[in-house]
Amino acid sequence: MSWVNAVVQGILLGGLYALVAAGLSLVFGVMRIVNLAHGVLAVLAAFGAYVLGDTLGLHPFLALLVVVPVMAAVGYGLQRGLLNRALGGGELAPLLVTFGLAVVLQNALLEAFSADSRRLDLGSLGTASIPVTDGLAVGVFPLLAAVTGVVVIAAIGQFLARTATGRAMRATSDDRDAAALMGIDGRHLYGVATAIALATVAIAGVFLGARSTFDPAAGGTTLIFAFEAVVIGGLGSLWGTLLGGVVLGVAQAVGAAVDPAYGVLAGHVVFLVVLATRPRGLLPSAVTA
Amino acid sequence: MTAVAQRPAAVRVRRGGRAAWAGAGLAVVVVAVLGYLPLLTTRGTQVQLVGLFSLVVLGTMWNLLAGYGGMVSIGQQAYIGIGGYGLVYLASTVGVDPFLAVPVAAVVCAVVAWPISYLAFRLAGGYFAIGTWVIAEVVRLLVTQVDALGAGSGASLTGFAGLEPTYRIAYVYWMSLGIVVLVVGGVYLLMRSRLGLALTAIRDEPTAAGSLGVAVTRAKRLVYVAAAAGCGLAGAMVVANTLRVQPGSAFSVDYSAMMIFIVVIGGIGTIEGPIIGALVFYALQDSLADLGNWYLVVVGVVAIAVTLLAPRGLWGLTRGRVELFPTGYRTGSR
Repeated sequence: MSWVNAVVQGILLGGLYALVAAGLSLVFGVMRIVNLAHGVLAVLAAFGAYVLGDTLGLHPFLALLVVVPVMAAVGYGLQRGLLNRALGGGELAPLLVTFGLAVVLQNALLEAFSADSRRLDLGSLGTASIPVTDGLAVGVFPLLAAVTGVVVIAAIGQFLARTATGRAMRATSDDRDAAALMGIDGRHLYGVATAIALATVAIAGVFLGARSTFDPAAGGTTLIFAFEAVVIGGLGSLWGTLLGGVVLGVAQAVGAAVDPAYGVLAGHVVFLVVLATRPRGLLPSAVTA
Repeated sequence: MTAVAQRPAAVRVRRGGRAAWAGAGLAVVVVAVLGYLPLLTTRGTQVQLVGLFSLVVLGTMWNLLAGYGGMVSIGQQAYIGIGGYGLVYLASTVGVDPFLAVPVAAVVCAVVAWPISYLAFRLAGGYFAIGTWVIAEVVRLLVTQVDALGAGSGASLTGFAGLEPTYRIAYVYWMSLGIVVLVVGGVYLLMRSRLGLALTAIRDEPTAAGSLGVAVTRAKRLVYVAAAAGCGLAGAMVVANTLRVQPGSAFSVDYSAMMIFIVVIGGIGTIEGPIIGALVFYALQDSLADLGNWYLVVVGVVAIAVTLLAPRGLWGLTRGRVELFPTGYRTGSR
């Protein structure tokens, strides 16, 4: 039964990995940059919720109402103020700037909050579970987290498919210059894309912070897991990213069931195997989302 | 048509110039002075200088990858760690002389890097960067599982046991100075060669370089393997200096942050840049030591500002008028 349990937990965790990954791949799809600060920004959101809980006594879910819009605003400002400039500086500049940003944020968080591990307090929701069969119970919160992940990813998909702004993003992704000729303001659109990415990563960061412990250095692993979910699933496919997140989550959970030290390693190994045998991912997409 | 056939007699193609001769002279003098230092300075100074030398080697290697090869790696700590662990394993367990173990450890890095490059090269740009980081994490997690390497707590270098500390520190210092000369000189000669020209073309426009007959992937693979060996030398150098290796620090992504900041601040795509960047980074590290982690915040902000405002770094302030280590050719009349 412990195997089934591990797989179920892994699937639920995968929904959250996919949620972090969705923001990473949205930004990459629209402006062809990989935001190396993406993971640290998730941790920043978790610390935001932690401060709100610590000072005002807000429940993490209520804190989301503050953290998500704030992170979206941060994203828009970051894109207009910093990243749009970096885009003009050739291929290396965005990578160097976002990596620099990751180091700056991580060390600033370390100075502000120390290296202690923290966890967001969910109250009674944290321990509530639904018994399925004997010996198998699904936690209410992990289930809620996974459902949130799927709903947000579906919402991003619908947004890209049906709204005018989503169409403009797909057009810019296909051909930036042609889109600009049609009157699409790339600078503003990039700002909106990063705002959406950071809003989703804020949700993911708060859920991850409530699910297990986090510290200022957790940004690196968060970025790596998101990246692995994107590559396993296949670049440019949102549902592929969800599948990638689930595969990664299951690999980690099953690995950890064998030996706690093997959890993360098992995830990396599955990623490397997919990279070696199916470099385009499990669900490759012809259209870049 | 006769005008075209006329040979323009006044054009001169040259590589060097006065600055290059001065640069070569300066390099010889600096190396000679540095070589003499162990006879004048304390052990503490020598240990610190070896730390600076390792920064020069790391910066030069990252510049080779990104500035010349166009590959942004944030996973070179994989090879820094393998170099350090290779030295400890060969010297302490196998019983090889430590000074011989250092180059052998670098060769091990190159041998490991070659197959890994086939995996890493399936990714490009930013995804290549994170991919190299994953590979470094895998190496760290595997090393942490091996009891013969001290698992999570690390291992000590015992191969120097017969040597008096004064001599050991001086020998390690000279070895490190030799490695700096080898690595910087090696990259300089590489960039003056045919391969160097190919790399410059690849960095500027890989598709066009490929269509002109440059073997793009082969050239990049060679650079990746060479940079792995160089980072292995740096890792072995650090361990020979501190006598201790631990998975958490040897495979730390902080090394990548250091390398990137050194190259960006000094000036990417030049031989001189990483050397200047290493000096600046070392000075900042020293003077901001009281600030704890704030120093990485300061250095990070400086690196972001340099990338956006002065992308050619400190050495770029010369606007290419001075080249101590010229790699290209210039044409001019007379």
